[in-house]
Amino acid sequence: MTKIIVDGIEVDVPPEFTLLQAAEAAGAEVPRFCFHERLSIAGNCRMCLVEVKGAPKPVASCAWGVRDCRPGPNGEPPEISTKSATVKKAREGVMEFLLINHPLDCPICDQGGQCDLQDQAMAYGVDTSRYEENKRAVPDKYLGPLVKTSMNRCIHCTRCVRFTTEVAGVSDLGAIWRGEDMEITSYLEKAMGSELQANVADLCPVGALTHKPEAFHYRPWELNKTDSVDVVDAVGSSIRVDSRGREVMRILPRVNEAVNEEWITDKARQIVDGLRVQRLDRPFVRENGKLRPATWQEAFGVIASRVKGTAPKKIGAVVGDLAAVEEIYALKLLMQSLGVANIDARQDGAALSPAFGRASYVFNSTIAGIEEADAILIVGSNPRVEASLVNVRIRKRWRAAPLPIALIGEKVDLTYAYEHLGAGPETLAELAAGRHSFVEKLKAAKKPLIIVGQGALSRADGQAILSLAAQLARSVGAVAEGWNGFSILHTAASRVGALDLGFVPGEGGLNAQDMAKGGVDVLFNLGADEIDVAPGAFVIYQGTHGDRGAHRADVILPGAAYTEKSATYVNTEGRVQMANRAAFAPGDAREDWAILRALSDVLGQRLPFDSLNALRAKLYAEYPHFAALDEVAQGDVAKAVEALAAIGGTPGRDAFQSPVKDFYLTNPIARASGVMAECSALARHVRLEAAE
Amino acid sequence: MLQDKDRIFTNLYGLHSPGLKAAQMRGAWDGTKFLLEKGKDWIIDEMKKSGLRGRGGAGFPTGMKWSFMPKQSDGRPSYLVVNADESEPGTCKDREIMRHDPHLLVEGCLIASFAMNANAAYIYIRGEYIAEKHALQKAIDEAYEAKLIGKDNIHGYPFDLYLHHGAGAYICGEETALLESLEGKKGMPRLKPPFPANMGLYGCPTTVNNVESIAVAGTILRRGASWFSGIGRPNNVGTKLFCVSGHVNKPCNVEEAMGITFRELIDTHCGGIRGGWDNLLAVIPGGSSVPCVPADQIADAYMDFDTLRGLRSGLGTAAVIVMDKSTDIVRAIARISYFYKHESCGQCTPCREGTGWMWRVLNRMAEGRAQKREIDMLLEVSTQIEGHTICALGDAAAWPVQGLIRHFRHEIEKRIDDYAANPHSESVLIAAE
Repeated sequence: MTKIIVDGIEVDVPPEFTLLQAAEAAGAEVPRFCFHERLSIAGNCRMCLVEVKGAPKPVASCAWGVRDCRPGPNGEPPEISTKSATVKKAREGVMEFLLINHPLDCPICDQGGQCDLQDQAMAYGVDTSRYEENKRAVPDKYLGPLVKTSMNRCIHCTRCVRFTTEVAGVSDLGAIWRGEDMEITSYLEKAMGSELQANVADLCPVGALTHKPEAFHYRPWELNKTDSVDVVDAVGSSIRVDSRGREVMRILPRVNEAVNEEWITDKARQIVDGLRVQRLDRPFVRENGKLRPATWQEAFGVIASRVKGTAPKKIGAVVGDLAAVEEIYALKLLMQSLGVANIDARQDGAALSPAFGRASYVFNSTIAGIEEADAILIVGSNPRVEASLVNVRIRKRWRAAPLPIALIGEKVDLTYAYEHLGAGPETLAELAAGRHSFVEKLKAAKKPLIIVGQGALSRADGQAILSLAAQLARSVGAVAEGWNGFSILHTAASRVGALDLGFVPGEGGLNAQDMAKGGVDVLFNLGADEIDVAPGAFVIYQGTHGDRGAHRADVILPGAAYTEKSATYVNTEGRVQMANRAAFAPGDAREDWAILRALSDVLGQRLPFDSLNALRAKLYAEYPHFAALDEVAQGDVAKAVEALAAIGGTPGRDAFQSPVKDFYLTNPIARASGVMAECSALARHVRLEAAE
Repeated sequence: MLQDKDRIFTNLYGLHSPGLKAAQMRGAWDGTKFLLEKGKDWIIDEMKKSGLRGRGGAGFPTGMKWSFMPKQSDGRPSYLVVNADESEPGTCKDREIMRHDPHLLVEGCLIASFAMNANAAYIYIRGEYIAEKHALQKAIDEAYEAKLIGKDNIHGYPFDLYLHHGAGAYICGEETALLESLEGKKGMPRLKPPFPANMGLYGCPTTVNNVESIAVAGTILRRGASWFSGIGRPNNVGTKLFCVSGHVNKPCNVEEAMGITFRELIDTHCGGIRGGWDNLLAVIPGGSSVPCVPADQIADAYMDFDTLRGLRSGLGTAAVIVMDKSTDIVRAIARISYFYKHESCGQCTPCREGTGWMWRVLNRMAEGRAQKREIDMLLEVSTQIEGHTICALGDAAAWPVQGLIRHFRHEIEKRIDDYAANPHSESVLIAAE
C-alpha cells in the first residue's frame, strides 16, 4: 500500500492504482470521457487532468500510476490536487475544445439527459462559444440495425473501438484519417458482426452512437426504472427495465460482477419490441378447428371438462424455457394433486436430472470463476451464441494470459484462439480414456474447467456423453479442494429452477418427447414453444405470445412476460435471482401462478395459497435455497461427478450441434420482435456470404 | 569558427564517396573493436563526460539516456531505435549524414547497442527519403559484407541492424509514435509512463536516439570526451549541424561549434543576410516548432540550447530559418500552423481540436479579417493546448503562435486595421461562399 495525498486528504492505496482511482478513494470526483473501468486506458480525452506536486504540467489521472509519483524531498507522500485553479483551467480548456466542433443539437439528441458531455459541460463549460469558424461536418456511418450514428457529435474517445476489439473480440470499428479529420468508422459500411454490439451505444459518452430501434421514442427522464434479470439465455444477466406507462421502452444492463459485468447481449436489450406485439391478451378456445376469444370461465370450463374425463396417466405437463420458478412450482403442485407423473421441464430432451444432485446440472465453477481457470475444454457448445457473456468471460480470461482452450463440437469463431479437437463423442471418449494429447494440458492445469453444453446433452445418448465428461473431469482432477471445474452450460432460463423443483417425470412418467409424440391425451403446456406436439392430444397452452405453442393449442391461457411479473429465475450457475414487474400484462392476461391457482379451483384441487407471498412462503419452506437471492447454493460436486461417471454407457457417433441455430430467434418474444428479425436476416446474409 | 580538424562529418557535402572504403579512410570503423573492448560502462561514462546533448530537438543528455537502460536483462531483449524520421520543417541534417556519411551512423548503432546490451537496432527512416534509404541500406549491406556487423562479426558482438521505411507522417518522429509505427500500428504517441527504457518496442526496453546523436558517438569515443566537451560553451558543448535556410545569400548545411553566434554563423557560412543585416526581420532558430526570435534579439545571440531558451525559443534541431523584411510573418506562421493542423494525429483532444482552430484564426488574421480581441483569445487557446496533450506536438503547434503574438502583435493589429479601413476588398468572394 502506498500513501498519497489527494486534495489534502491522505489515503492509503495499492501502488498499482491510477491517480484517478486514488482520487476516487479519497472521495474526489474526476471527470472523464475516454476512461472506462473495463476497457484499456486510452488517455486521449484529457478531461481527467490533475496537478501533481512537482510535475511541470498537469497529468492525465486515468493513466498515471500512484507508483509513478515521486515522493517529496523529505519522503512525504506525493501530493495531487484535483480541484486547484490550474486543474480547473486545464479542464475548462479541454471542455472548450470538445465543444467547438460538437453540434448544438441537444434538443433533438437521444443522448440528451443521459449525456456525459452535457453533465460535465455544466461543471466546466461556458454558455457562449468563442469559436467563430464553421463546425466540422462528418458523414454518418451505417453500423447495422442496432446502432445509429450521428458522427458530428463524436468526441473521439475511442471507447467503442476499444469495446469491440477488446471485449466483443471483433475488429469491426476503428479510426481512419488523423487530426481533426479523424473518423470512427467500420470503413466498409457494414453492420457490426457482434452479438454485443449495442453496448457501444451505452458506452458512448455523447450522442454519436445511440440505439437505433429506440431513436426518438422517449426521453430518459420520462422512464420508470425497475431492476430485473434477463431471461433470453441462461446467464441471467442483471438488467434494468425502463418503462413509460404500460409500455417497456428499453432494457439496459446493470452492473453485476458475478454474472454479466456491465454488458448484455443485443437479444436481451432489443427484444423490447417483441414484448408489445403478437401478445396473447385474452383466453382462446378452439371451436371447429378455429381459435375464438373466450372468457376465463369458458376456458377453465373447457379444461375442467377434458381433465375430468381423462385418467391421470394420460395427462401430462411440459414447461418451456421462459417460465419462472413460481409458476413451475404451482404447476407441479397441481399435477401432484391430480396424480399426474408425466411432467417434464426439458423440452429439448436434455439428459440432466436432479437425481444425481444439484451439482450435476449447474455451472459449478460459476461464471466469475472462469477467470481463475487455467485450462478450458468446451464440449458440445458454442458459448458465443448460447451464452454470450460466458464467452466474454472466457475471452477476458484468455486476454489476461493465454491459456489452453479446446473445443469438441462445431468449429466456430469464438473470438479467441482455441484448439479444435473433434466434432463428436468419439473425441470426448478418447480424452476420457487418456488417449489424447490435450488431456496432458488439462492434467497439468491447477484449475482445469470442463464446460458441457446442451449440444452434447440434448440427444438420445446425452446421458452417456455426460457420463464420459464426468469421467474425464474425474481423471484430470477438475474437482478438487476449492475448485469445481465441472460445469453445465444451459440455454434456457427456466431450466435450472425447474430441475431444482424436480420437474422431471415421476415414477413411470413420460418425458417431454414421449408426451409430445402422443403419449398423453391432455397436455398442459407452460410456454414450451420449441416442441412439436403430435396431432391428437388436447393442448392447454399458457404463455405470452401467439407463437408455435399457441398455434397448436386447444385452449390458450394468456400469461405475463418476464417484465410483467415478480418472478424467480435460477441461472445456469444455480444463482437465484428475482425479476421485477416493470409493466402490466396486456388485456386479460394474468400472472402465471395466479392463472394456475384459479384453474386449480375449477379443477377441484385448490392450491394452498392465495397470494404470491403465500406461494413463496410455501416454496421457501420446501426448497430453502430459493430464499437466498443472488446466491449460489453449491452442491457436492465431487459426489455428483462420481455419480455421473458411474452411469457409463456408449455414446453414438453423431457430431455435436449447438441447439441455438439462430441467435436472434431463440424464444417466442424474440420471434415476435421486428428488430430481432432484421438482425437475424442480416446475420444469415453474412453467413451466406462467408460460405460463398 | 570550427576548425576542419575538429569536424566529425567530413563528407557532409558528398564530395567524396559514401562507400565503406572511403569512409574507413576518413576514420570510420577505426578501432571500433578496441572501443568495445573497453566495456559498456566506459562507453556510457565517456558519453556522459562528453556532455553530448540529444540532437533531435529536446537536448536531453545522451549518455544519461543510455544509462537508463537495464544493466541486467530480465529475459526481455533490449533495442536501440534510431529516429531518422526527420520531418521538422527546416531540418535537413540527418539526410546528409545518411546519404554521404552513412557509415558513421552504422558504426554508432553498433557502439550504442553494445553499450545498452541491444543485439538489434532499428533505423526508422522518413517515408519521403527514398534516395537516403537506398544509400543507407547500401552502407548496411557493405557493413554486413565486411563482417563489421551481423551475427558473427569481427567485433565479437552479435548485432543486427534493420532499416525500416516510414510512410511519411510527421508524428512518427515522436519517439513513442515511432515505436507504434515500427510495430505496424497507427502512428499515435503512447502514454508515458511507462517510458521506452522500460516498455518500448514490443514491450521491451528501448532507447530512441536521433541520427546525429548516434553518428557522432564513434568519433567522440575515438577522440575522447574531453575533446568534444572542449568545443562550445559550458553545458552546450561539441559540434552541431546547422541547417540554414531562408533569406540568406547562400543557404547551407554546416557543422559548427555549439555556441557560435548567429551573426558569425550567417556571415561565415551563408554569405550574410539577403539585403544586409538591417533587412533581417526574425529568425526561427530550431525548426518550425520553436517560437521565432526578432532580429534585434537574435543577431548576436549564441546558437545553443540555453541561450535560445533564455530568449524563450529553443535550439531544437538547429534548423535556422531566416526571414527578412519581405516576409509576411503572419502568413508564415499561419502556414506553420496549417502544417501542425495537418500533422496532428487526432488522438487527444486539445491538439486535435486546437490546431485547426488556431490555423483558421491565423488565416483570417493574415488577411486582417479578425478582431483585435481575438489576438488574446488565440494566445489563450495556444496555452490551452500547451502542456495538456499526450505528446509534444501540441506544444510544438502552440509555440510558433505564441512567438508570433509575443513579438509581432503590432503586425497583426496593423493587418486588422488595414482590413477594417477597407473591409470590402473581396466582397465578391464572400458573397460566393
